[in-house]
Amino acid sequence: MERFVISILVNNHSGVLSRVSGMFTRRGFNIDTLTVGETESPEFSRITISIHGDKAICNQIVKQLEKMYDVKTVKVLKRDETVARELLLIKVKNSPESRQEIVSVVDIFHAKITDYSPEALVIEIRGSSTKINAFIELVQPYGIMEMCRTGLVALERGGNCLKDA
Amino acid sequence: MKLKGAQIVIETLIEQGTTTVFGYPGGQVIDIYDALYLAKDRINHIITAHEQGASHAADGYARATGKVGVVIATSGPGATNLVTGIATAYLDSIPIVAITGNVPNSLIGRDSFQEVDITGVTMPITKHNFLVKKVEDLAPTIREAFRIAKSGRPGPVLVDIPKDVQNALYEYEKAPVVEKTPVAEVDNALIEQAAQLIAESKKPYIYIGGGAITDDAGAEIMALADKIDAPIGCTMMGLSAVPTSNPRWLGMEGMHGHYASSIAQNEADLIITAGCRFSDRGTGNTKKYALNAKIIHIDIDASELNKNIKAELGISGSMKKVFAALTDAVEAVKHEEWSARIQELKEETEKLEKQDNTLTPFTAIDAIAEAAENANENIIVATDVGQHQMWTAQRYPFKESRTFISSGGLGTMGFGLGAAIGASTATGKKTVLVTGDGSFGMNLNELATAVTNQTPVIIFIMNNGVLGMVRQWQTLFYDKHYSNTTLERKTDFVKLAEAFGLNGYRAFNLAELKDVLKKAFAENGPVLIDCAIDCDAFVLPMLPPGGSIDDIIVDPSAM
Ligand SMILES: Cc1ncc(C[n+]2csc(CCOP(=O)(O)OP(=O)(O)O)c2C)c(N)n1
Ligand SMILES: [Mg+2]
Repeated sequence: MERFVISILVNNHSGVLSRVSGMFTRRGFNIDTLTVGETESPEFSRITISIHGDKAICNQIVKQLEKMYDVKTVKVLKRDETVARELLLIKVKNSPESRQEIVSVVDIFHAKITDYSPEALVIEIRGSSTKINAFIELVQPYGIMEMCRTGLVALERGGNCLKDA
Repeated sequence: MKLKGAQIVIETLIEQGTTTVFGYPGGQVIDIYDALYLAKDRINHIITAHEQGASHAADGYARATGKVGVVIATSGPGATNLVTGIATAYLDSIPIVAITGNVPNSLIGRDSFQEVDITGVTMPITKHNFLVKKVEDLAPTIREAFRIAKSGRPGPVLVDIPKDVQNALYEYEKAPVVEKTPVAEVDNALIEQAAQLIAESKKPYIYIGGGAITDDAGAEIMALADKIDAPIGCTMMGLSAVPTSNPRWLGMEGMHGHYASSIAQNEADLIITAGCRFSDRGTGNTKKYALNAKIIHIDIDASELNKNIKAELGISGSMKKVFAALTDAVEAVKHEEWSARIQELKEETEKLEKQDNTLTPFTAIDAIAEAAENANENIIVATDVGQHQMWTAQRYPFKESRTFISSGGLGTMGFGLGAAIGASTATGKKTVLVTGDGSFGMNLNELATAVTNQTPVIIFIMNNGVLGMVRQWQTLFYDKHYSNTTLERKTDFVKLAEAFGLNGYRAFNLAELKDVLKKAFAENGPVLIDCAIDCDAFVLPMLPPGGSIDDIIVDPSAM
């Protein structure tokens, strides 16, 4: 099982996201993360999906996506030629005993405390998924009250663009 | 010219070459029906008894002609009644456009009267669907729906039109019939690789599916088969692509395939597959499927390659062109040993399928073919789903492409009558529907449609009093627990026919059947034949579900 990151350029219409995600459900493909947002052009949205599976499953997903009417371009991004980031917002319990230790973890990870209250710290961190996983593990002992991850966004390095693929 | 949205719908259908539409009126399509009224000398509309029947009729129209079939239904229950028909077309890759009315834009999302999110409902069973929110998008969307439905691997497209859009005025200008999206040319390197595999093969087998009919590739298939000395087998959907009289023809393989076809496929060292998705009904257990063979898989839909079966070589492209290119690229060869083996298998199959002079499922089918021959009718054969369908698929001597109309992928009981009406309406040909007492019971209301339109459909009920196909499984795999498959109905099909306004005949033996068929073929409108069939007749051979060729059942009494 490998991880694949698939970038998809789609028409910016209502309902497109449910078509794409519906195809995954219907064909039994599991999604690890899915993000969607505007692009440089108002006509298109960009969906980034990360999955775990073997090469054959990844190929099948790409071909099924390519058939869809609203899908313009599909590309599997190569790990070492891709900048991939996730953002995490995490609310950790604040207490005089643990505060200093949390702040050190935040510093080491180049994270940021975005909100401070006597009960809770809201921390913001971005980076690769592995970095974020490691961070979560480290703050776990202090008490995670809630958290929210964006899922992966990714761009190819260099001058290649999805719309030209 | 400024027209109402509803008129734009009808003008666009006419412009795209639609001659007959099937449908059913209702509150949210009343404007479209008004437009049909105004255009009634330019487009024919057939009202069915039920929207499901209309959806199957549009499907039958498409299967028999290759044209896009069109069905119209109102919002809510009208639209949901199309669902089975749309799914049937989807699984068999049949081009239809379904047009539904919906509540006005202002009422959408409020659970208004007869409001259903039909684009949401049909998302997984359409190639694509549209909700048209603005009248300016109407004509372009319908044209796009036609293009999608017929391009590449065909399929159903639904266009949902809120009532206010049907009422709004907009400029309409006639446009030409939309072209199919061109299919990419095939890389010559792939053709050469395929030719190489063919050159190395000593036992090639050509295996075709419904794509052969879509792409009208019969002649190219036969040419390649002749040049490389290969037999031709098919899925149920591939039936009629090549005449069954072709000496290379082995017919259907798989769960209820001919013995020779399934065995030859298993012994082959190369299977050249085209326009077929390796459905489980064809392959059985994929881990044990065709273990002796390398596979070349050709399909217009690239996502089919390596989806169900891993192929040595996958080629995505037009089947017709790939076969023509392959025929050019290969050397003519003869495979004496393989041909002798095929001959031997054919003889074994003939023995297995030999009939005496009594009324059996096969002699009944033979009698239909004979009656058609005698009446000089070039007929279409439609079926429902069950044993009668398999018997017809195995036995009927098809001569021309698009003359066998049957629900393959979805296996929709109740498909037949609507589809037969659609096929006959589209072609003007006499159509024999071979149905079962169970299947016919599902949508027999469409007798009314056939009578009103005097559609020349011969409804041939293989009446075994049971849901025979399920009963067969119960006999073989469920200790004869005949749970809810013995119908014990008192329906008198002859009286039923009379009540609907057509003639009905009954046959209990072969002599009666031949006599009755002669009468039926002499009639011009619809006619029904109720033919008695033994409830314990089997469809054989059978590869048990999930089984492999080693498990083939030819004689159930030996089990
Ligand atoms: C709509 C639908 N419901 C149920 C089935 C399951 N099924 C497949 S074949 C069959 C029996 C068909 O009986 P009949 O039409 O009498 O044909 P026979 O097998 O007796 O020839 C059934 C119930 C189906 N294919 N379609
Ligand atoms: Mg029956």
